[in-house]
Amino acid sequence: MFSFEPSEEQKMLVDAINRYAKNDLRKLAHDADEDCGYPESTIDKGWDIGYLQASIPEIYGGFGDRSAVTGVLAAEEMAWGDLAGTLNVMTPGLFVLPIYLGGTQAQKEGYLPDILKGDWRPFTSALIEPYFDFDPRELRTTAAASDGGYEITGTKSYVPYADEAEAMLVFANLEGQTQAFILPKGVEGIEIGSRMKLLGINAYPVYEVNFSGVKVSLENRIGGPEGFDFSKILDASSVALAAMAVGLSRAAFEYSRDYAKEREVFGVKVAQKQAVAFMLAEMATEIEAIRLLVWEAAWMLDRGLPEASIQAYLALSGAVDMSMMVTDRAVQILGGYGYIREYPVELWMRNGRGIAMLNGLAIV
Amino acid sequence: MINFEIPKPIAMSNNALETVAVNMMRPHSRYFDENEHEIPWDYINFMHMAMVQTGAGSLAPKKEKSEKPTEKRPPIGYQRLTFMLEILSWGDVGMYLSTPGGGLGAAAVQAAGTLEQKEKFLARFSGKKPTFGAMAMTEPQAGSDTSAIRASAVLDEETNEWVLNGEKIFVTAGHKSLIDSDGFVVVWATIDSSAGRAGMRGFVVEAGTPGVEVTKLEDKMGIRASDTASIVLQDARVPFENMLGSTEIVRKTSERGFKKAMATFDATRPLVAATAIGVARAALEYLKEVLEGNGVTIRYAIPRQKMTNIEREVIDMEVMLRSAWLLVIKAVWMADNGIPNSKEASMSKVKAGDIVNKITQKSVELLGPLGYSREYLLEKWFRDAKIADIYEGTGQINRLIVARQILGYTGRDLR
Repeated sequence: MFSFEPSEEQKMLVDAINRYAKNDLRKLAHDADEDCGYPESTIDKGWDIGYLQASIPEIYGGFGDRSAVTGVLAAEEMAWGDLAGTLNVMTPGLFVLPIYLGGTQAQKEGYLPDILKGDWRPFTSALIEPYFDFDPRELRTTAAASDGGYEITGTKSYVPYADEAEAMLVFANLEGQTQAFILPKGVEGIEIGSRMKLLGINAYPVYEVNFSGVKVSLENRIGGPEGFDFSKILDASSVALAAMAVGLSRAAFEYSRDYAKEREVFGVKVAQKQAVAFMLAEMATEIEAIRLLVWEAAWMLDRGLPEASIQAYLALSGAVDMSMMVTDRAVQILGGYGYIREYPVELWMRNGRGIAMLNGLAIV
Repeated sequence: MINFEIPKPIAMSNNALETVAVNMMRPHSRYFDENEHEIPWDYINFMHMAMVQTGAGSLAPKKEKSEKPTEKRPPIGYQRLTFMLEILSWGDVGMYLSTPGGGLGAAAVQAAGTLEQKEKFLARFSGKKPTFGAMAMTEPQAGSDTSAIRASAVLDEETNEWVLNGEKIFVTAGHKSLIDSDGFVVVWATIDSSAGRAGMRGFVVEAGTPGVEVTKLEDKMGIRASDTASIVLQDARVPFENMLGSTEIVRKTSERGFKKAMATFDATRPLVAATAIGVARAALEYLKEVLEGNGVTIRYAIPRQKMTNIEREVIDMEVMLRSAWLLVIKAVWMADNGIPNSKEASMSKVKAGDIVNKITQKSVELLGPLGYSREYLLEKWFRDAKIADIYEGTGQINRLIVARQILGYTGRDLR
C-alpha cells in the first residue's frame, strides 16, 4: 500500500527536531558561520534529542530500531535549521553507524553503548580525499596487510573533529575494496593538518589528515577478517545528505517565498510577478519531487531491496542539482539583499553547492 | 507509515495491462500514426470488453468492493487508474486516448452532475457497444483563459430546452463521442455572458442532437490515433435536465458548478501526468536498450567527473522520470484518501509535462540517425510527448496554480 504519512513516533521526533532547528540552530547559524563554530551546548542539545539513539537497538545502547526513513525525516528537519549545525550534531554517527551496519559483535559492544548513552563526544570518520575526481569506491588511501594487521597510507580531507576525535574510522582501499579501520586517538603516523577553510559550512570543523604507514590491528578492521559491505554505508550516507539537501532547500524556498510576498515592486508584490512566481513554483515542485525520491530510496534501504543502492545514488544526484537550483534562485529572488551576509540565503547557497562533494559527512 | 509498496490488486493488473500494451498497441502504433483519421477498432473493442467489468473508462474510479463488508480497505481507485494509464500510454498514448469509456466527459458528469444525471448519462459506458464521452471547453479564441468562452446557452422556457450556440475546437474523441458511438460531449457554455466564469455551465450534448456538427478533424504532430475534433453548435437544443448540476443554480450565477468541475481536474491532472510518464518511460527504456545492445553500459554510483556524457544524461533522465512518477503517485494517493490535492496535482502536471519532453528530446538526440528515423517508434514518442505540456492545463497555467497555492494567492492576486 502506498502511504505518505509518517508514523506518530516519527512525527514526534520531527517536531522535537523542528523546535531545536527553529529555536537553536536558526538563531545561531549566522554567527556560527561567521565565527566558524557552534557553542558546545547547542551541539549537546541537538544530540540529546536522540535521533541516533532512536535508530540503534537497546542491546547496543540505543532505544529504537534503525530506519533510514526515520533518519531522512530527522535529517531534513534538522538541516532546515542549519546544515553545519546538523553535521556537527550528527558527527558521532559517522563512527557509530558503520560499526552498527558492518562491525563485529565485539566492535559493536565495545564502542556503541559507551557513545550512545553519554553526551555528545567527538567520534568521526575519514572518507573524502583531496582529488577533483574523488571516488569513494576507488580510494587512493590504501590499506596493506602488514605485521599481522594493516598499514594505512594516504591523505584524507574534510575529516570532522580530527583534532580532538577520541577515535576515527578510516576508509581505505584494501585490494580494490573500500574497507574501514578503527584508529584510536594518538596512534602513531597520523598527522593532522590545520583546519580547512571552505565555501560553506564554516561552523563545521574539518581537517586534512595524513596517514604514513599507520598501523592497525586485525581486530580494528570493521567486520573482522572478512571486512564489511561498504555499499551499505555509502547508500546510508547518500540518503542522509540528500535529505539534508531537501531541508536546506526548503529553508531557502520558504524564506525567499516570504520575502517575495512582502517586497514591493512596480506597485505590486514581487511574488505577483509571473517570472518570480514561476521560479518559486518550480522550486517547490523540485523540492517535493526530490523529497519523494529520497523517501523511496530510504524505504527501499529499510526493506533491503536490491534496487535500493541505485535509488540512493539517484536520490543524491537529484538532490545535488535541486539544491543548487533552489538555493541559487533564493538569492536571486532577494536581489541585492540576497548577496548580503546579514540575510541567510547566501549562506544557504554556499551550503547548497556542498551537496555535490560532501557525501561521507553524514549518515543515517 | 511511509510506504511505497504497490498494492497487490494493482500489481496483478499491471501484468495484464503490459500484455495489452505490447500485443495490441505497439504492433499497430506506426499504422495508426501514419493513418491519422482511421480508428483502432480492434483495440477499442477489446478494451470495451475488458473494461465493462472495472468501469475504469470514466476517469472516475468505481469504489473498490471489499469482500468482507465490514473490512475497511484503503481506497486505491485513482492509484489503480494511474498505473493503468501509465502502462497503456507506455504502449501508445494516442491509442490510449481512443480507449472507450466516458473520458473527461464522464468525469465532468461525475464532478458536477446530480445523482439522476450520473445514472442517466453514465450507464452507456458499460453497455454493449464501446461508447465515448468527451469534454468541449476550448474555443478558437479561448484556451487557457476559460472565462473568454463565448459558447452560449439560452433557456427556451416554452419547450424547457437549452439552445446552444458556439464553436468548440480541440475536442479529444469528439468524433467518436458524437458520430462513432452513442456517446456525448459535455459542452461548456455561458448562461450569462456578463457573469464571466460564474455564468458557465456544462451541458450534456448527446450523439444525434440536431444542430451539432463535427466540422473538422485536426492533423496533429502526435497522438494521431486520437481524434481531435471541432464541433459547431447552431441552435442545438438539449433538454433542460442536460445542464449539469442542480436546477437551483440555473437562475443564480454562481461559481459553484464551475468550481466543482475544476475540482475534477485536480483528480484528472495527475492521471494525465501519468500518461506523459508512460511515454517518457517508453523512450528512456528504448534508449537504454539500444545503448546496451551497442555495448554501452551505464555505471551508476561513479563520480560525475568520471562519467561519460551518455551516462550522465541517462542518469539525469532516470532521476527526472522517477521523481515525476512519485509526484503523481502522491497526488493520486491524496485523491483516494480525500486529501485536497490541488497543489500536488498541478505539481505533477508541471513536472511530467517538463520531463516527457526533455526525455524524448534527449533520447532522439542521443540515438542520432536512428533516433530521427521513422523505422523506430522513438521519433513518434517525441511527437506524442509535446502535447503533454499543453493540454489539460499548460505547464505555464499549472505553474500559475502551484504558485497561487504556495503563495496563498487568488487568481486576482496572481494573473
